[in-house]
Amino acid sequence: MSGSGERDARRKLQPAGGGRQRQPAESTAALLRELVAHLRQNRTQLREEWARRITESKLLTAMTREEIFAEATSIYDNYVEVLETGSVEALQAYARNLSERIIPRGVETHEVLGIVLLLRDVLARSLFEKYQGDFSLLNSVLDAYEPAANRVANTVAIGFVQERERIIRQQQEAIRELSTPVLQVRDRLLILPIIGVIDPQRARQLTEQLLRGIRANRAKVVVVDITGVPSVDATVANHLVQTVDASRLMGANVIVTGLSSEIAQTLVTIGVDLGKINAVGDLQGGIEEAERLLGYKVAMTGETAEQDS
Amino acid sequence: MASEGEPRPTSRGEAVVRIASAADIVIARQRGRELAAGLGFSRSDQTVIATAISELARNILEYATVGDIVLAEAQRGARAGLVIVARDRGPGIADIGQALQDGYSTGRGLGIGLPGVRRLMDEFDIASEVGKGTRVTGRKWLP
Amino acid sequence: MRVPILKQRDYLIASIQSALSDEDLLQLRDDLAQQVGKFRSRAAIVDVTVLDVMDSFAVRTLRAISHMIRLRGAKTVIVGIQPEVAFAMVQLGLTLGDVATALDLEEGLAYLDKKTKAAAPHGK
Repeated sequence: MSGSGERDARRKLQPAGGGRQRQPAESTAALLRELVAHLRQNRTQLREEWARRITESKLLTAMTREEIFAEATSIYDNYVEVLETGSVEALQAYARNLSERIIPRGVETHEVLGIVLLLRDVLARSLFEKYQGDFSLLNSVLDAYEPAANRVANTVAIGFVQERERIIRQQQEAIRELSTPVLQVRDRLLILPIIGVIDPQRARQLTEQLLRGIRANRAKVVVVDITGVPSVDATVANHLVQTVDASRLMGANVIVTGLSSEIAQTLVTIGVDLGKINAVGDLQGGIEEAERLLGYKVAMTGETAEQDS
Repeated sequence: MASEGEPRPTSRGEAVVRIASAADIVIARQRGRELAAGLGFSRSDQTVIATAISELARNILEYATVGDIVLAEAQRGARAGLVIVARDRGPGIADIGQALQDGYSTGRGLGIGLPGVRRLMDEFDIASEVGKGTRVTGRKWLP
Repeated sequence: MRVPILKQRDYLIASIQSALSDEDLLQLRDDLAQQVGKFRSRAAIVDVTVLDVMDSFAVRTLRAISHMIRLRGAKTVIVGIQPEVAFAMVQLGLTLGDVATALDLEEGLAYLDKKTKAAAPHGK
């Protein structure tokens, strides 16, 4: 569009000198308003062009043309809103929502980034076309446009990446759960063999799994075997104590096996309170102790003395 | 002015809950659980967060009578999580170091206070001035 | 909302139904203390299955309930603590002290029956 409208624009917003100079805030605001108006006026045509270029670039192949156009419309409108209000909140919410929907369909990061950059390009070219008669005005408009356009690209990309990471975390958690079985070997008796290094996150997950296992299996005794844990330091020991305490809150006793007396000694020396831990040398011994606690053998010491005479 | 205890969202994913009664504690921790769930925290972490909020809100009631629990999404680079701020204009804590020592409590009975909440959070910060008020900040990050 | 207390043989069973206000919990404490005395119950079971958070106030009050009931010669068993709740409690450092706990109502009753059998004098 050229002609009187453009000349009006030039008269209203005389940029100081030529070339790239800092804009006073009011004229940037005025430029943005003009920009927004332009984008709204040309909404239909610009959206269509963008959608066409998306398909040409073979992006979002997992989606149908109708779907692409529908999302393009939402992104476009959000884009304009960012330019208008300066706030990326609505866009953030939309980006997250969009990511949730398209990630399961196999849309990848480079595609999302690609389409946002394409839109940026489509809009920029439209501005070139509109202000081509006045190079310094074009510069001013681009100065106003660029920071906003960058924010949009950033917001969408980060929203998408965060959503991907969230999903990956969920999958990792699921894998970890599968690879650490809580075994029910007898009625009311669970065994949790722990193998490998325990970092705080894994320790937390093991405890959560064990506690859920206690509920699901109605376990009264749990044998936690740490023979396969290469290093038992204070952190691991504290996690064990927490596990014992939490299990007891759910009415289950915990027997720890595989805790050598040397390690136990070391832990006590550095101040870990192992008093609550019922430790037995090896797994076999632990299971026998567990059976005893469950009353599989007659004459349990302490609790109830069953005497019929 | 929002009614007592009603969360006032100030932007996406943020809520401010006025703490002025025991009922507000429940509102604050339920709001915290919702936010945590929305951010993708596990059920277990949601409970940890709700429990921490409950303790902080109780402290406000007990020592300052009235205050706010502010809940917001936390971001650091690509890392996301939840930030909890418990703020009041109460009497303040004279000796923060002592208050953070395990086993310390001025309140009645088994006051868990700050050491416990600190254990639950990944990051923990407290600022307090006698006669001015207290501000406790806790952050929990998604793993 | 007042927590309903049911009498089952020598025991009282308090099943918490929904999110509990501080007042409700204190009321439960008083109700249990009164009814244990009135019915000369041997024990009270408090079912906390429904609670999704147990903070220091809840733990304090449960311990107070146990204390008051012990003064009337009876035991207390807390049942139904959920996995996530148990985990949060131990991380926070909250303990129930020597108050007995069991997985659920069924286990709680089994535990009490065993205790009662042990305590019962010969031949009764």
